[in-house]
Amino acid sequence: MTPTTLTEKMQLTFTDEGFAAFLETLNEPEWLTEIRTAAWERFKELPWPSNRDEEWMRTDIRLFHLEKFFIPSARGEVAAGTPVLADGVDLVGSASSCDGVASGASQFDSAMADKGVIFGTISELLEEHGDLIRKHLFQVVDGLEDRFAALHQATWTSGIFLYVPRNVCVENPIHTFSTMTDGGCDFTHTLIVLEEGAEATVLAESNNAKDAVGLHCGAIEIVVGDRGNLRYVNLQDWSQKVWHFAHQKAVIGQDSNLQWTVGALGSRLAKVNQHVSLRGKRGTCQVNGVMFTENKQHLSYHTLQHHEKPDCTSDFLYKGALQDQSRTVWRGMIKVDVEAQQTDGYQRNDNLLLSSKARADSIPGLEIEADDVRCTHGSTSGRVDEELIFYAQCRGFTRKEAIRAIVTGFFQQVFDRVTIESVREALALAISRRVRDYE
Amino acid sequence: MSDVLKIVDLHVSIGDKEILRGVNLSMTEGETHALMGPNGSGKSTLGLAIMGHPNYNCTQGEILLNGENILDLEPNERARAGIFMAFQRPVAIPGVKMADFLRHATTNVRNPERKEGEDLIPMREFRKEIKANMEQLQMDSEFARRYVNDGFSGGEMKRAEILQLAMLQPKFAILDETDSGLDADAVRLASQSINEIGHNKMGLLIITHHDKLLEHNPPNFTHVILGGRIVETGGKELAEELHAQGYERIRKQYPEAAKVNDESEAEAEAVV
Repeated sequence: MTPTTLTEKMQLTFTDEGFAAFLETLNEPEWLTEIRTAAWERFKELPWPSNRDEEWMRTDIRLFHLEKFFIPSARGEVAAGTPVLADGVDLVGSASSCDGVASGASQFDSAMADKGVIFGTISELLEEHGDLIRKHLFQVVDGLEDRFAALHQATWTSGIFLYVPRNVCVENPIHTFSTMTDGGCDFTHTLIVLEEGAEATVLAESNNAKDAVGLHCGAIEIVVGDRGNLRYVNLQDWSQKVWHFAHQKAVIGQDSNLQWTVGALGSRLAKVNQHVSLRGKRGTCQVNGVMFTENKQHLSYHTLQHHEKPDCTSDFLYKGALQDQSRTVWRGMIKVDVEAQQTDGYQRNDNLLLSSKARADSIPGLEIEADDVRCTHGSTSGRVDEELIFYAQCRGFTRKEAIRAIVTGFFQQVFDRVTIESVREALALAISRRVRDYE
Repeated sequence: MSDVLKIVDLHVSIGDKEILRGVNLSMTEGETHALMGPNGSGKSTLGLAIMGHPNYNCTQGEILLNGENILDLEPNERARAGIFMAFQRPVAIPGVKMADFLRHATTNVRNPERKEGEDLIPMREFRKEIKANMEQLQMDSEFARRYVNDGFSGGEMKRAEILQLAMLQPKFAILDETDSGLDADAVRLASQSINEIGHNKMGLLIITHHDKLLEHNPPNFTHVILGGRIVETGGKELAEELHAQGYERIRKQYPEAAKVNDESEAEAEAVV
């Protein structure tokens, strides 16, 4: 057997040499190389976050070693990931990647392309739509904010770009899927831009084989123009040996609407910053979060709903169920700027502890500078009520069936808000499969 | 042969507090028994102990279903064996639709050997049956889509319990104040429904403070419980006497049980 020299050559380390070699493989325009290089310099300057940082106090990454991974590249293997969100859904476009490299060309409905809608991987689209991409790329997410953000901005691959022009409605969903091989990296970047009055639905998901080690360091940037309407679903179901770091941010305009559904089921450790800026009057944003953890998983989600302009509504609901020794951290912040009068902000985090060893930390927060607003927040954490289990048992449910029903019911309040059936079903199925007996 | 549920010298404690102190009671399928007693006498405790509530510790005695002791069975095994209780205050299960809950319950109770994950009873068959039962109980069809007991009014909760009784068709049913908190019309409807569903068919153990339920479902036996013991058993005239005159005679006749009862009630109040 001949050694696969190609694969060896592609194993670029996160070093100056590796980064330089990586840039050479890309053949990107200068402006983009500058963006990457600035971030690489920043990455080198910054320390890894530690438990002295407020955001990382509860999230221990001392066992994370970047040197065990390589800059995303094709590894000559096919990964065993299975998309679930697109089952029975008529799609208008799709794209998938493995180890941060596109798996074949993206698919997109030509009728939509004729209307000026652009969809595909950033590398496919750079030549033709470079100016448009340049206008928006890394304008929403601050890629220099912390070491993971900088690492992403320097070495992301397999970017997804969706652009919907003014007043165009993309009715059927677009689907994206990323997976990894054992030991692989996924540094996917997502950029979605809806112009004024545009509408779209995007179903994004990621998973890989059970027990496959991996690293995801990603970013999502969303721009919804005035009167725009976006439904965005993001299902993270990595193996429980994947490190998951992500910065996700949406900026929404006047009279626009964003419904963002988050399924956080996978990974060994996840640290996610989800940020929505309401930057025009009367914008509305609804976030529906579902977390389910088991074994020794640690999921840390930090949300920020930033009201910059008056008369906006934001409604964030995160529900989590925790099994075994798993742990979640949810830190929510509603920030209201001085001019954002008549803000209606809501945030809630409810947790169901399915084991005496599980732990959920819930830290809601408000930072309000305007004086005429309504902001409410709340959180609950508790065990499954034995009286509910007993009641269901009296109706013939086994203890396990009773717990499954109660846990599924607990999430129903979030599912009821999700308007896409395939998403509701995929989430409900994934959760009910995981629920074991109560310990 | 008729099914028999027999309770022999049953002692039940919650924590280290003994609530039932030797209850004996035997019911045959088709019979209606009224269980009456003042607050704190142990009526609900007996019901919950028969169902196997984990906090109710049976320290002595037996509960026999056709001669087999069921004390070691899980509540779901008791339900599948044909024992049912309509709860005085049923808990809400948010997010679980009444119809889904009942379809699952009905399947399990009808196929006691069913393993988790095996097929539920066919949707069409189930829908037809639940619809007929809901019509009889004058329940809006919307009801099946609501979450179990979630935001139900008192009357809706009681009707939901009767609906479950109708669907599950147990051999023995304990009805714990299924008529309380209802207005006169609702009590009549509940009483009639229970009569149609179970009277002279199932073994009914009716716990009640009112006379309407027993008017529609005349008991073969009336048991008076006081201080955790059944102190007197009679026919339906005993129930009538207690409705008309209260527990004064019983208290005088059984002063020791009355004393125990008063103490446990005072303790319960102190806890509240």
